Amino acid sequence: MKILVGIKRVIDYNVRVQVNREGTGVVKDGVKMSINPFDEIAVEEALRMKERGEAEEVVVVSVGPEAAQQQLRTALAMGADRAVLYQAEEEIQPLAAARALLQIVQAEDAGLVLLGKQAIDDDANQVGQMLAALWDRPQATFVSKLERSGDTLKAMREVDAGLENIEVDLPAVVTVDLRLNEPRFVKMPDIMKAKRKPLDIKPFAELGVEMPPQLEVGAHEPPPKRQGGTKVESVAALVQALKDKGVL
Amino acid sequence: MSRVLLIADHDGKTLNTGIARTVACARQLGNVHVAVFHAPDGDAPCAAAAKLDGVSRVLSVRHEANGAPLAAVLAPQIARLAAEHEGGYDYVLAPSTTFGKDVLPRVAALLGVPQVSDLMEVIDARTFKRPIYAGNVITTVKVPEGIPVLATVRIASFQAVGEAGEAPIVAAQAEAELPTHSRYLGLAESGGSDRPDLQSAPRVVAGGRGVGSKENFEIIFKLADRIGAAVGASRAAVDAGYVPNDMQVGQTGKIIAPDLYIAIGISGAIQHMTGIKDAGCIVAINKDGDAPIFEAADFGLVGDLFTLLPELEKALDAAG
Ligand SMILES: Cc1cc2nc3c(=O)[nH]c(=O)nc-3n(C[C@H](O)[C@H](O)[C@H](O)COP(=O)(O)OP(=O)(O)OC[C@H]3O[C@@H](n4cnc5c(N)ncnc54)[C@H](O)[C@@H]3O)c2cc1C
Ligand SMILES: Cc1cc2nc3c(=O)[nH]c(=O)nc-3n(C[C@H](O)[C@H](O)[C@H](O)COP(=O)(O)OP(=O)(O)OC[C@H]3O[C@@H](n4cnc5c(N)ncnc54)[C@H](O)[C@@H]3O)c2cc1C
Repeated sequence: MKILVGIKRVIDYNVRVQVNREGTGVVKDGVKMSINPFDEIAVEEALRMKERGEAEEVVVVSVGPEAAQQQLRTALAMGADRAVLYQAEEEIQPLAAARALLQIVQAEDAGLVLLGKQAIDDDANQVGQMLAALWDRPQATFVSKLERSGDTLKAMREVDAGLENIEVDLPAVVTVDLRLNEPRFVKMPDIMKAKRKPLDIKPFAELGVEMPPQLEVGAHEPPPKRQGGTKVESVAALVQALKDKGVL
Repeated sequence: MSRVLLIADHDGKTLNTGIARTVACARQLGNVHVAVFHAPDGDAPCAAAAKLDGVSRVLSVRHEANGAPLAAVLAPQIARLAAEHEGGYDYVLAPSTTFGKDVLPRVAALLGVPQVSDLMEVIDARTFKRPIYAGNVITTVKVPEGIPVLATVRIASFQAVGEAGEAPIVAAQAEAELPTHSRYLGLAESGGSDRPDLQSAPRVVAGGRGVGSKENFEIIFKLADRIGAAVGASRAAVDAGYVPNDMQVGQTGKIIAPDLYIAIGISGAIQHMTGIKDAGCIVAINKDGDAPIFEAADFGLVGDLFTLLPELEKALDAAG
């Protein structure tokens, strides 16, 4: 079985993201970019499945700017076998990303697609579900435990009520949650080795994706700021303050 | 008047508390029909939905396969209802609970339209605000004309509607070819406590890594029970196994808006703070006076939680 893992290049999660002066987007110049943390977990899970003999090949793909090569190289250094970048400098919204992934999944004949449960920039949490719908295959979202037995997967999902188990037939789309695994650290020799692994760059247009209606993205603004910062000196003062505020 | 279809989140017995908040958003957009997909013996949530102010009709969609919240099974039925029921709907909404987030993008893809995730404010009929970058940025998005608007609603941004309504409950058909490739096995583990529900409780007490262990977490539960609060936790506390995942608050956990949030031994990482931005009053107890949580806290108390919490309980007893 071939596993396809989606990789998105996003602003690093440690960066305090700021709206640009024009209010048209966020400041990206000189800002550290990384692999979406959820996608790193997806890569790790794919590698573990391969190491257990449950998959033969791990292919990482990204739809995004030329610079997304860096994130694909990181995934290769972790152990993925090859990478494909469909280069698009323009904005690709979730449904278009899902349609693009569908083309790739079919061309690659993948048996399992592992994606992040959300990208930490748009926080859309849509691509995996959309891909599963278009592919007419099962989805297991927000997964924190995954077991393959033959042609089925047992997935444990993190849901509002706790942990839920479902079983799906392969091929399937799985979106991963943070507690699924701890991604491995990449070592220097792996980085060197990754440089020689195949990374194809193809134009996005080659996929022939029919562009769906797009959301018009308008103004960006910072959230309303909370008026905080007051400290109280003692437990008694705290209780009094809460009583005065009427919340206790 | 526009027609709004709201997809109910429920467990076959009770309606998710987020629905009352989602209705508050939905009724700003048009005439609200709540669709309850349920198994033949699980129609109790229909009556609960019918009571919500602003709901004009409850659609009871009964099917053997609808006893479990499987997106692959529900999405084709929802898409059918959305596109065809009495001429179709202008809006299809779901709460941004894990159920809504799982199922609605699948519906959007079947209908070939984009989805607005975490709608937090209605600007006009097609223009909405939503958070991105863990709530550090608010963006305005517009859905193009000529297609239905699909959105998950950020429940913490809306106040629950009242329960004085008497909407009629009508049976509806949503025939679609249902897949057999996905099977629900059940809940493996749940908080399953008698404590108030984290997503709707007016008071929440939460503990972080600073609490130190599963055993120590008892003092968090004790304080919560003392003031009738629900219990939450940071991701670090969940990862360390102090409490189950359904207690996690934040970007990848629950987004909540209680009147009072008491954060104990939590540093205040952005991913955590995004989950409590809309809280009425935030209290922080932390031994590090420079912890970022103090910037957002209405009242901060610096000190060791193991000395302060017993003191706090005594003070509460004294104050009655
Ligand atoms: C070059 C470029 C610039 C963009 N600039 C902006 C911008 O400035 N502002 C803005 O609002 N939006 C921008 N977008 C759009 C945004 O990236 C899309 O909304 C995104 O492709 C899908 O939404 P999401 O990442 O939030 O999806 P989610 O559903 O949250 O992502 C879930 C998972 O899907 C997979 N996935 C998502 N996207 C891709 C991808 N492109 N390639 C491979 N796997 C993927 C990942 O595994 C990810 O973890 C840009 C997109 C591109 C390609
Ligand atoms: C993609 C992504 C998503 C994430 N999503 C979430 C999320 O949804 N929710 C979430 O919470 N986090 C999330 N995180 C993790 C987040 O970045 C932080 O790591 C986490 O919130 C830290 O938890 P904490 O505050 O309990 O721990 P720490 O940051 O370790 O803070 C512990 C605090 O306890 C204090 N303390 C220690 N001992 C005592 C004592 N005896 N008395 C008083 N105070 C004491 C310390 O001073 C410290 O401030 C996410 C991270 C990523 C990368």
